[in-house]
Amino acid sequence: MITSASTLPDPTTPAVSLRGVVKAFGTGDARTVALKGADFTAAQGELHLLVGPSGCGKTTLLSVAAGTLDWDSGTVDVFGTRLNGLPKSKVTAFRRQHVGFIFQQFNLIPTLDLTENVSVPLLLNGVRRHEAEERSAALLQRLGLGGKERKRPTQLSGGQQQRVAIARALVHEPRLLIADEPTSALDRETGHQIMEILSTAARSPGRSVIIVTHDPRTYGYADRLTEMEDGGIAGVHHGQALRDFISIHH
Amino acid sequence: MFHLALRMLLGDRAKYIMLIGGLTFSALLMTQQNGVFQGLLAWTTSHMRNMRASIWVVDSRVEQVNETKALRDTDVNRVRSVAGVDFAMPLFQSVLKARAADGSEKLIQMIGIHAGTLFGGPTQILAGELEQLRMANTVVIDELAAERLGRAAGIPLTVGDTFEINDREARVVGVCRTERHFFGYPYVFSSYDQALQFAPRQRKMLSMILAEPKAGLTADEVANAIRSETGLAAYTVPQFEKSTISWIWRNTGIPASFMTTIILGFIVGIAIAGQTFYSFVLENLRHLGALKAMGASNGLLSAMLLFQAFTVGLIGYGLGLGLTAAFGFAVADHGQPPFRLLPDSLIRTFVAILLISGFAALLGIRKVAKLEPAVVFRG
Repeated sequence: MITSASTLPDPTTPAVSLRGVVKAFGTGDARTVALKGADFTAAQGELHLLVGPSGCGKTTLLSVAAGTLDWDSGTVDVFGTRLNGLPKSKVTAFRRQHVGFIFQQFNLIPTLDLTENVSVPLLLNGVRRHEAEERSAALLQRLGLGGKERKRPTQLSGGQQQRVAIARALVHEPRLLIADEPTSALDRETGHQIMEILSTAARSPGRSVIIVTHDPRTYGYADRLTEMEDGGIAGVHHGQALRDFISIHH
Repeated sequence: MFHLALRMLLGDRAKYIMLIGGLTFSALLMTQQNGVFQGLLAWTTSHMRNMRASIWVVDSRVEQVNETKALRDTDVNRVRSVAGVDFAMPLFQSVLKARAADGSEKLIQMIGIHAGTLFGGPTQILAGELEQLRMANTVVIDELAAERLGRAAGIPLTVGDTFEINDREARVVGVCRTERHFFGYPYVFSSYDQALQFAPRQRKMLSMILAEPKAGLTADEVANAIRSETGLAAYTVPQFEKSTISWIWRNTGIPASFMTTIILGFIVGIAIAGQTFYSFVLENLRHLGALKAMGASNGLLSAMLLFQAFTVGLIGYGLGLGLTAAFGFAVADHGQPPFRLLPDSLIRTFVAILLISGFAALLGIRKVAKLEPAVVFRG
C-alpha cells in the first residue's frame, strides 16, 4: 500500500545518495564503463538537474538512483533506505511505492484512456479500481485535463500527453520523481508549462525531483545542477554558481 | 490490473481478431475432425447395436465385427452346450448384390437371423412386422435400403414391394431403422435359412453365433467359458467394440489421417497464436517495461500475459466449439459424414487450447522476464 504523508522522512536525510558507484556494460573488449565511481547527492525539496554530453552516464546514474538498474560497486541510498543487497522484489516494491517516472517518449499505453493510464501506479499499489480512477480523474483535472479523462493519449498534443505522464508519476504521491528529458519533445511554451508543474511538485515536503536534460531552457528551474562528464561528476552548482552556469550556457 | 490487461489486448483489434481467429480455427479443426473420426469409429461397431446380443461368438482368427470367417454349423450346438449359456442362435452376414427397380445393382449387407426367435433382429420397426420374416422370400429392410433400392428416384421401397437379391425375388415385409454400416451398405434382414438361399452357396455359411448368459451370470464369465470349452473366440459387446476399434487403428490409415489433421490443427493454433501474441508482446514491450519500472513484478506481468492469452484461448475455444456444434446439427439429419461429439474430446481440445494459449503466453513471459526496467530510459 502507499505510504501516507504522515510517514515523511527526516528532512535532513538526502533524497538520493550515491557513493563511488561503478557501472559497466558488456564484457571483454566490448566492456564500457558508464559510471566510474560517481558520487551524487540530491536533497529533499529540490529540483535537481543532471546535465552533460551524450554518453556521459546521466541516464545510467538516473536508472541506478531509481532502482531500475543494478550497479557493480558503491553504495546507493534513497531516502535513507540502502538499496545495496536488497532483494529484487524489495527494490521493485520500493520503486512501486516511492518512485514516480516521467519518460522522454511519455510511454503512455495507447489503448487505455487517460484515467486508466494515470491509475496504473495506484492499482499496482493495491488501491481499488474505483478509488484509483476517482483520484486519477481529480489529478487530471488539476493539471488542466478536465473533460478529457476518457480520451486516448493519441488524441492529445505532446504537451498534454506529458502532463498525463506527470499525473501518472505523481498520482501515488511518490517521494522521488525521476524524469528523463521531459521537455525534449515539446515546444518552448509547453516545455515551460511542464517545468512549472515539476518545479511545484519538487516543493512538496519530503519529495525530490531529479531530471536528466539536454535542454538549457530548463536550467532556470533548477535548485541544484550536477554536471557529468565521462562517467563521473564534473561539478555541482547551486546558488550563485548555478546562476553563473546558467548565464554562460543559456 | 487485469482489466487493464484486457483493455490493452482488446485495444489492438487486428491482433485480437487474428488471435481469436487462429484459436477458433484450431479448436474447430480439432473438435470437428475428432467428431467425424469418432462418428466413423462408431460406424465400425454399428453391427453390435443393430443386432443386439450380449455375447458374440466367432472364429478364433476374427478380430473385428465386420470380418467373417465361417464357422461349422455344429458350432452352434457346441456353444449351446457350454454351461452358463442361456441360448445361442446362428447369424449369417454377407455383402450381396441386390437389383433395384431401375435395374441398377447395389451392394447390401445381408443379415440372416434365427427364424424361431428372431434374435439379433432390428429393434426399431418403422413399418410392417418382423415376424413376417418367417414367411418365404421375405426381408425387412432399413431406411437406406428402401431409398437406394426405391421403385423410382424419390420413391422408396415399402412393405409389399419386391426386388431381387442374387436373382431371387425378395418381398419387403418391414422397414426398420438402423445405425449406419461402416462401409455404407444398407441393411437387409431375413431369416437365417432364407439368407442362405439368397447367398451364393459355400461349404460353410455360418458367420457368427449370438448368445446370452443365464440369469445370475455375467457376459464376461460366459464368454470366458465359451472360449475355453470351444476354442472359438467369444466377445462381450465392450470387448468386441474394443477389439474392432483396435483393429481399425492397426490395419487402416483412417486414424493416422484424422490424427494428422488434428495435430495440424494444434500446430496451426500454436503457430498463429504464438506468433501473433509474441508480436503483440514485442509491440508493447516499451509499455511493459514502463510498468516494470513503475513497480510491476515479473509475477504480475506474467499473470497479465497469461490472463490475456487464456482469455483469447477461451473465446476461441467457445467459438470453435460453437461452429463444430453447428456442423453437427447440420449433418445430423443427413446421417453423414459421421459425427459424434464426445465429452472427452471436448476436454482434450480444451486442454490443447490451454496449452496453445500457455505456450503463446510463455513466449511473451520469457521476453518480459528478461526485460530490464531501465530499458524505458534508453531512447
